[in-house]
Amino acid sequence: MTLEISQKIVDAILEQSRAEYPDECCGVVLGPVGADKALRLKPMINSAHSPTFYEFDPKDLLALYREVDDNDEEIVVIYHSHTETEAYPSRTDIAYAGEPGAHYVLVSTRKEIAPATEFRSYRIIDGVVTEEPVVITA
Amino acid sequence: MTIEVRIPTILRPYTKDQKAVSAEGATLSAVITNLDSNYAGLGERLLENGALRRFINVYINDEDVRFLGGLEAPIKDGDSITILPAVAGG
Repeated sequence: MTLEISQKIVDAILEQSRAEYPDECCGVVLGPVGADKALRLKPMINSAHSPTFYEFDPKDLLALYREVDDNDEEIVVIYHSHTETEAYPSRTDIAYAGEPGAHYVLVSTRKEIAPATEFRSYRIIDGVVTEEPVVITA
Repeated sequence: MTIEVRIPTILRPYTKDQKAVSAEGATLSAVITNLDSNYAGLGERLLENGALRRFINVYINDEDVRFLGGLEAPIKDGDSITILPAVAGG
């Protein structure tokens, strides 16, 4: 598997992660059902407001799924930022990963690599993490 | 009384890939017991030590059951239950 995603969406996710620093930021990228195309960025509120945890508010989560259903879309990417560690799924990320069809994107804005950033994508299925290539399109 | 329960992708292996199933019960607890008797193993994915799992969200119509009495939340004819895994991590 490969994640194809536009530079514009990548830039917007990185911008969100900087804006919400030191808290983790989170959100989804949606696309038409069955197409595996990450087209529509939808930032979400991290209801944990924490530098070490993120969670979509349960009410926002239901609204998101309703919206996605109504639009014949699906959640293609679930992303969040790591503010002090590398862009690799943490133990809790793996334990709570509940969307076997989604690309889990991690970005890192940790100081050690600034001004560079990391943007990496994974499948997380039954506790197994598989990194996949990211192709950034114009 | 029969109500509809919407099943998230990750739990569909328990429901033979059905996105929605029927269940019966006057409370959420009874509905989960009924679900588990028809779809073995599903109850275990929703409950832990007799309580709803922290990272499973259950809604009756548009309301989070945590605000409706949790497992004791009453179920009425025509209600719809939606189960969604939390989107969360560290």
